[in-house]
Amino acid sequence: MSNWIEIGHLNDIPRQGSRIVEGPDGNIAVIRTQDDSVFAIHDSCPHKQGPLSQGIVFGHKVACPLHNWAIDLGTGQAQAPDEGNVACYPTKIENDVVFLSLDKVGEKTGP
Amino acid sequence: MSKVSHKAKKLIVVGNGMAGMHAVEELLDLAPDLYEITVFGAEPHGNYNRILLSLVLSGEKKIEDIMINGRAWYDEHGITLHTDTKIVQIERGSKRVITDDGQAFEYDRLLLATGSDPVILPLPGHDLPGVIGFRDIHDVDTMIKATQDHKHAVVIGGGLLGLEAANGLMKQGMDVTVVHLMDTLMERQLDVTAGKMLQANLESRGLKFVLSAQSETILGTDRVTGLRLADGTEIPADILVMAVGIRPSTELAADCRLHFERGIVVDDSLLTFDPSIYAIGECAQHRGTAYGLVAPLFEQGRVVANHLAELGFITYKGSMTSTKLKVTGIDLFSAGDFIGDDTTEDIVFNDPGNGSYKKLVLKDGIIQGAVLYGDTVDGAWYFQLMRDQTDTKDIRSHLLFGQSHLGDSGHGGENAAAALPDDAEICGCNGVCKGDVVKAITEHNLFTLDEVRAHTKASSSCGSCTGLVEQIMASTLGSDFSKSEKEKPVCGCTALTHEDVRAAIIKEDLKDIPTTMRFLNWQTEDGCPTCRPALNYYLLCAWPGEYIDDAQARFINERAHGNIQKDGTYSVVPRMWGGITTPKELRAIADVADKFKIPTVKVTGGQRIDLFGVAKSDLPAVWKDLNDAGMVSGHAYGKSLRTVKTCAGQQWCRFGTQDSIKLGIALERMTWGSWTPHKYKIAVSGCPRNCAEATIKDFGVVAVDSGFELHIAGNGGIKVRVTDLLCKVESESEVMEYAGAFMQLYREQARYLDRTAPWVERVGLTYVQEQMVNDEANRKALYERFLHSQTFSQSDPWKENYSDPKKRAEFETLTTLGQS
Repeated sequence: MSNWIEIGHLNDIPRQGSRIVEGPDGNIAVIRTQDDSVFAIHDSCPHKQGPLSQGIVFGHKVACPLHNWAIDLGTGQAQAPDEGNVACYPTKIENDVVFLSLDKVGEKTGP
Repeated sequence: MSKVSHKAKKLIVVGNGMAGMHAVEELLDLAPDLYEITVFGAEPHGNYNRILLSLVLSGEKKIEDIMINGRAWYDEHGITLHTDTKIVQIERGSKRVITDDGQAFEYDRLLLATGSDPVILPLPGHDLPGVIGFRDIHDVDTMIKATQDHKHAVVIGGGLLGLEAANGLMKQGMDVTVVHLMDTLMERQLDVTAGKMLQANLESRGLKFVLSAQSETILGTDRVTGLRLADGTEIPADILVMAVGIRPSTELAADCRLHFERGIVVDDSLLTFDPSIYAIGECAQHRGTAYGLVAPLFEQGRVVANHLAELGFITYKGSMTSTKLKVTGIDLFSAGDFIGDDTTEDIVFNDPGNGSYKKLVLKDGIIQGAVLYGDTVDGAWYFQLMRDQTDTKDIRSHLLFGQSHLGDSGHGGENAAAALPDDAEICGCNGVCKGDVVKAITEHNLFTLDEVRAHTKASSSCGSCTGLVEQIMASTLGSDFSKSEKEKPVCGCTALTHEDVRAAIIKEDLKDIPTTMRFLNWQTEDGCPTCRPALNYYLLCAWPGEYIDDAQARFINERAHGNIQKDGTYSVVPRMWGGITTPKELRAIADVADKFKIPTVKVTGGQRIDLFGVAKSDLPAVWKDLNDAGMVSGHAYGKSLRTVKTCAGQQWCRFGTQDSIKLGIALERMTWGSWTPHKYKIAVSGCPRNCAEATIKDFGVVAVDSGFELHIAGNGGIKVRVTDLLCKVESESEVMEYAGAFMQLYREQARYLDRTAPWVERVGLTYVQEQMVNDEANRKALYERFLHSQTFSQSDPWKENYSDPKKRAEFETLTTLGQS
């Protein structure tokens, strides 16, 4: 099972915006999209490590502020023809409280 | 791989050429699973680049070099390909096509891309072996085979195709004579002078020409042996190539009574008169024109794919085409009406000794057509001016000498990309060499600048090498290269142009981004990083005081009120009015630098001080300290007024004629805080020595003894552009009025991310003068609107951010997690 950690209230994160959570492996960008979904990804673009938390959020994507790579928030994949991906973390919202798990999406959970 | 069972609809494509397959590629991008696709091709191959056949004939390329999609591509995308199969009938009632071996296939949608057929003159002997057209791989094979044991070739037709065939046959060692009905070669593309230069060049390579010649009989019994002309001359020929023109293939349409004229008639969505049948490429006729070149296919393919994918939001409005001969070593370019008439005028440059000829045909200052021979570097530029209908009055004196510096800074003044070696660096920002660009174009079949940018990153950062990249595309693709459309949509989310969107915002009272997107049928839920900032700006400009700025539609620099640096930190620049500071301000800056351990303190080019390396979470505190010392944001990060640079002026300088510092401060006090389509810089020089470098600013004031010269639309940077002189005024109050009016005209009319230089180049200096120099009432109205808008924008964003707890919170970390 995932270990859910409460990180804040939904309203702490601006719509189409983001906040930073300092994680054990570096910053995590917690991004709220137009439809009030919340995603968490490693705050470092696979291209030149730009802070994705500072990018423009559109659809379920974010554009890196340094060189405009578009990163899919659900998969962490860069949009073709750019190639690369960034770690994603599971999130959930309960009663407008946002939870984050440090088990990366796609990695096995538990021992 | 194939998901045939889920695909509800059947799409049949007749014609496996460039037009059909480009449309299919576009369709697969948009709706990969919508159709079960079946393609019929009369040739036994996959899909190849027909345009490059002449280079196969000349031995410069092999067949496999020009293949676009091999069998594997069709398999991979679940497309059924029938090669060597002709469709002989369309049954529109039962929606079936019938093949030459009698099979029937059903369709829901049918795409006709049957191309064109070579015109074969009905001369006696035209059906003899050895008489061929120049159209497909089979023709090229026949020609190459003939070169192995034959000597003499005749090509009928001195047009583009004929000359490419003749050149190829000559390169294969044949003795070639070109017979042409007219007295000039390529008369549809070249005027007499350029035609003669081309002829002389080709003759020096060994081609023979018989012009003004009427072909009469093709001689031979078992095989062609020669050609007799109307005047009795006989020319020996072992092979005879007819290259007198092409005719759209319309037999299928005629057979099923589908409306056709010269080609199959289609509307702006490429739909024929049958609502299930589309037609594109050389077989189609759109608004009276059947195109014989490849460039229009790409625009048509994009449109038809959009409609086949059931999106239906873009239309085809016709293409403007240009021509380039693919004979290695000959550079010629032709576009539009290059002959002209009583209402047009020519500008001609002729240097036969240097093998260079240029002719532009203008009507009321607008380019109607161009012929370039020898030096074709500026062909793409003239073509763009022609498509944009740009008034060239203001640049007429140097128009013929070209755009002069395609490469701009960082490219060593390089102009002719075609001649560069493969390892020459093209894009200095991203380190992309010419070879990388050429490889990407050929390997990935790229045809547009945007595609090349996406794949190579060349020209995707500062854009200064765009001209060079376009040249490489032109030289790699020849006539296939299609420059960006004239009416470019804002972005992929809409088919509307910047002008359309702005007009709608005002006309329809649209006052926020979601409403605007809904009203204008945006194709995405909440736009993209290209359109959102543009919409935010247009709304801000249209509704000062009413529109509430959307921070999330702004690039991070404008959200964080500082420039993001490569390590994610920010730079902070306090405003120094007119470049003047005080010991108190300097002490405060020094204290801030000490307190926040700011690693780099630098003097900027705009006469102020930049603090580099500030962590985002420190920004509000840094701002507060600077604010407490009386300083506000310098907007060094924004599409907004940056600085007003001044020289010492009359107050101190022994040459000064006016008080440039005082005037500079007044201008900065008036204009600071305003948002503009792109960054905006002003300078004031106190005398013509111009120490403030006012003539490379967006708005420059140069004081003279009798008043002030006002200069506009200059910039340093990527492409240095010296300003144009707008006018001369006498008083400081006039300077203020003109400065505000010009800024407002730019704010209201330039596209988002246009700097003043390209905007003024597009609309012309004369236009700006008419709007605000000659028309006093309009100038005053512009000035009033500017001042009105400023009443809402002159509040310090630093203070707003650090004093509002909610805004301030966004600069802070949400939470910190321990080790898990």
